Amino acid sequence: MIDPVILFFLLGAVAGLLRSELRLPAAIYEFVSIVLLLAIGLKGGIELAKQPFGSLLPQMLAVVALGFFLALVAFPVLRYLGRFKRADAASIAAHYGSVSVGTYAVAVAYLGSRQIAFEEHMPLLLVMLEVPAILVGIVLARGLSRETRWGSIAHEVFLGKSIVLLLGGLLIGWASGPEGLSSIEPLFFDLFKGILAIFLLEMGLITATQVGSLRRYGPFLVAFGMGMPLFSALVGTGLGWALGLSIGGTVILATLAASASYIAVPAAMRISVPEANPTLSLAAALGITFPFNVLLGIPIYHALAVWAHAFAKG
Amino acid sequence: MQNRTRKLLTIVTEAALEGTLVRDLDQLTAHGYTITDARGGGTHGVRDAGWDASSNIRIEVVCDTETAEAIAAYVQEHYFDNYAMILFVSDVDVLRPEKF
Repeated sequence: MIDPVILFFLLGAVAGLLRSELRLPAAIYEFVSIVLLLAIGLKGGIELAKQPFGSLLPQMLAVVALGFFLALVAFPVLRYLGRFKRADAASIAAHYGSVSVGTYAVAVAYLGSRQIAFEEHMPLLLVMLEVPAILVGIVLARGLSRETRWGSIAHEVFLGKSIVLLLGGLLIGWASGPEGLSSIEPLFFDLFKGILAIFLLEMGLITATQVGSLRRYGPFLVAFGMGMPLFSALVGTGLGWALGLSIGGTVILATLAASASYIAVPAAMRISVPEANPTLSLAAALGITFPFNVLLGIPIYHALAVWAHAFAKG
Repeated sequence: MQNRTRKLLTIVTEAALEGTLVRDLDQLTAHGYTITDARGGGTHGVRDAGWDASSNIRIEVVCDTETAEAIAAYVQEHYFDNYAMILFVSDVDVLRPEKF
């Protein structure tokens, strides 16, 4: 059965496509994304309190390498097959190497409604995967020139909204533990799906606004927007299996790999690689990849993880 | 009577540039500025302020002619090519010219 939060996404998309008057105030969108980011961070933080940090280090390093790898694979495809300008190819590659927290939240809801357990420290990996691709994108666009102002880029990348809230949530969750957090649980955990529903309603509206630019930029971007997440999910599934994650954890890692950023990366690229056209990357990430992952991708990655684990057992 | 005419420099641009522009304005010795959220449309399509990437801001600076020209030249050189941005300058009468 289709999850109600997905229906909210479809409602937003249909309303947007039909040019409905429906608009969420920007402050509401801002608020629900802040609550989601904090809730995800807090959940991961509780888990971190239970595990020795050292045991997570190999996974964190592997995920950082994954971020570099995905952006480096996407770039030549876009540059030579897609014939995009260097800056545009680098910027789109950065979007696809990084992660979308919204897609992660949908995967968590998907697994939750099927009672499939997953490693709760996944938000930590989410944070780790967010940054490397941004650096790759900037270097691919600019080269390692002396003029690049790495100080201000680092500020932009590490102090962006999503990293601060995710890391902040992780630390608060880690410091407070499950008992300490019980007083704020009603807002962050009990209301999670309701908040996610409102978030997805707005995401549907935003997705619908990208359709116009997709029509302009043609079939390659559409094909890339679906092909790249499928490839990334394969890599993510392989890595999840190699790291010994559960089926649920593998689904999450594959989803993280497959998702394309639309919060942290666009902001960083706009400042660091201004000559890249933001319409292209947002049309692909939001117009194609986000709906693809949410509607079809996550069930596919689930099947893939089940298959990989069954295959590994022989 | 003192010359009370100053320039009102108005920039409408992407919200993503806010931090960078504020730093620039400080360096170009603007004494103050006002920023408001804005939305609209133009050659870069409709900017409906639904979320971060489609948000606009309007920056207003009241200053003397030299500062206005310096800011206009700097902004034109650094941002006009790659950002959704317009800039215009008008004359305004102010009550406390020493402030600007």
